Amino acid sequence: MGGLIRALGGRAVQALLVALLVGAACFLMVRLLPGDMAYRIAASRLGYDLVDSQAAEAVRQELGLDRPWPLQLAAWFAGLARLDLGVSLASGEAVATALSIQLGHTLLLSAAALLLSLLIGPPLGALAGLRAGGWWDGTLLALSAALRAVPGFVIGVGLMLWLAVAWDWLPAGGVGGWREVILPALTLALGLAAASSRVARDAVAGVVAAPFFGFARMKGLSDAAAFRRHGLRNAAIPVVAYLGLQLVMLIEGVVVVESLFAWPGIGHALVHAVLGRDIPMIQGTALVMGLLFVALNALTDLACWLLDPRRRAA
Amino acid sequence: MIRLRKKRLLGAGLLAAVAGFALLGPLHGIDPLRQDLSAALQPPGAAHPLGTDHLGRDLLARLAAGARLSFGFALLAALVSAGTGTLLGLLAALRGGWAERLLLGLADAVQALPALLLVVLVTAFAPGEFLPLYLGVALALWVDFFRIARNTAASVLARPQVEAARLLGFGPGHLLRRHLWPEVAPLVATLFAFAAGTAVTTVAALAFIGVGARPPVPEWGSMMTELLPYYAEAPLALLLPALLIFLTVLGLHLLAGRERG
Repeated sequence: MGGLIRALGGRAVQALLVALLVGAACFLMVRLLPGDMAYRIAASRLGYDLVDSQAAEAVRQELGLDRPWPLQLAAWFAGLARLDLGVSLASGEAVATALSIQLGHTLLLSAAALLLSLLIGPPLGALAGLRAGGWWDGTLLALSAALRAVPGFVIGVGLMLWLAVAWDWLPAGGVGGWREVILPALTLALGLAAASSRVARDAVAGVVAAPFFGFARMKGLSDAAAFRRHGLRNAAIPVVAYLGLQLVMLIEGVVVVESLFAWPGIGHALVHAVLGRDIPMIQGTALVMGLLFVALNALTDLACWLLDPRRRAA
Repeated sequence: MIRLRKKRLLGAGLLAAVAGFALLGPLHGIDPLRQDLSAALQPPGAAHPLGTDHLGRDLLARLAAGARLSFGFALLAALVSAGTGTLLGLLAALRGGWAERLLLGLADAVQALPALLLVVLVTAFAPGEFLPLYLGVALALWVDFFRIARNTAASVLARPQVEAARLLGFGPGHLLRRHLWPEVAPLVATLFAFAAGTAVTTVAALAFIGVGARPPVPEWGSMMTELLPYYAEAPLALLLPALLIFLTVLGLHLLAGRERG
């Protein structure tokens, strides 16, 4: 129990670091970007035709942009602590409202991608691990090494042109029913499976070579029964633990893949906000993606703890 | 051992091929930015060995310029992050105390965010410019070098022969040269190849989604964005940048020679 609490405490510190990092970066951005921030905010409220220096001055007074910067920084973080993420400079919509919709889309895509990757990667890897050194082991090694050298967006473009354009099986982008999820999820899943198949392969090869597995076979269990009872859970631990490392790939992939397939999630919104210099939106999206990363990591910690009784005892 | 050697040779060969391709650009002698709308989307021919893009720009010249850009970027970003990270890691292990704790905290802070997210945040300061891209990628990559250098060095420093060398009065210079560097260098070299590969994909991916290098800069990822609408007319023009990215990253991974992590 102590180990779990320590791990989750570490994740809480990480969440705090994410908030500090994103907050500090966005605050710096406001100070460093060329042009008058008050003028830009006023223009986003009134439109560029109606804005003048008086309106900008009013905004400056209202938001306290003329105060010394340590005070502003404190106010900025106080807002962050109240989860007051401000209003998008581009759309005028509250950032929190926009994020709550986008988060749903991103979670759906991530869950579909993880599920697909677990259906593809570990089974193929396990087959390779059961006959380590065989032809399938070599083939899978070459396949996964090749796939890991292809960036996600290239996989995405390839799948889009093949499955959506040439064969017309699936829609090339957008959001709606389950058909729209498949292509972006598959793009992410292939990249993830390339890595997780190797982990599963090594784990299964390790289990098969272990004395306890040899004993299970010797006492007369069939290959399948021995693997199901003595192999599966032991091999699953590294695969699940590795999921934590894969989350980095997943979150990074989401930024690119959502943009490619016009999937209206947080990654897509982040890219748009960066291009539009919509700082409250950059802050909101980066913050939520970072916190999502931490939350998923905490879940992985928990899953490892549940799977592995040795950790619970420690 | 022999298989590892073969893998490394194959990787070096792939990289040499792409580097040779990069040198074709100056030999070919066509400006990668020169447009000729009357010769748009031409198939490979005598005047344009690899054809032209939608604005009639020579593809060989653009792809070769993209290779120089990617190689230069990857090399510089990986060098900066490897230099900084290794140096700080060795320093942390040798000095210990508050300096080590500070650096470890800094590394934790940087890795609290996924690397690409960090790079996107840094590029947000000036989208489309290269300096923030360099800074962002180096900022994300130095941590791996720092951790590996510090952890390896710390385990080496705990060994009895190091203790003996210290008691004999050898200074940190000797420890660094004779005990730490031989252990740390091969790991840093492996990581360097992976880091360069990450730099290549990051630059291409960011350019592809429009946050990094922007048209008309001849960058592989941004070339793919530009040519995606013309996939039917010029499939080769879309395929070639993708192929070059793949060969470069594969070459770097093979050169690294061992599994990551």
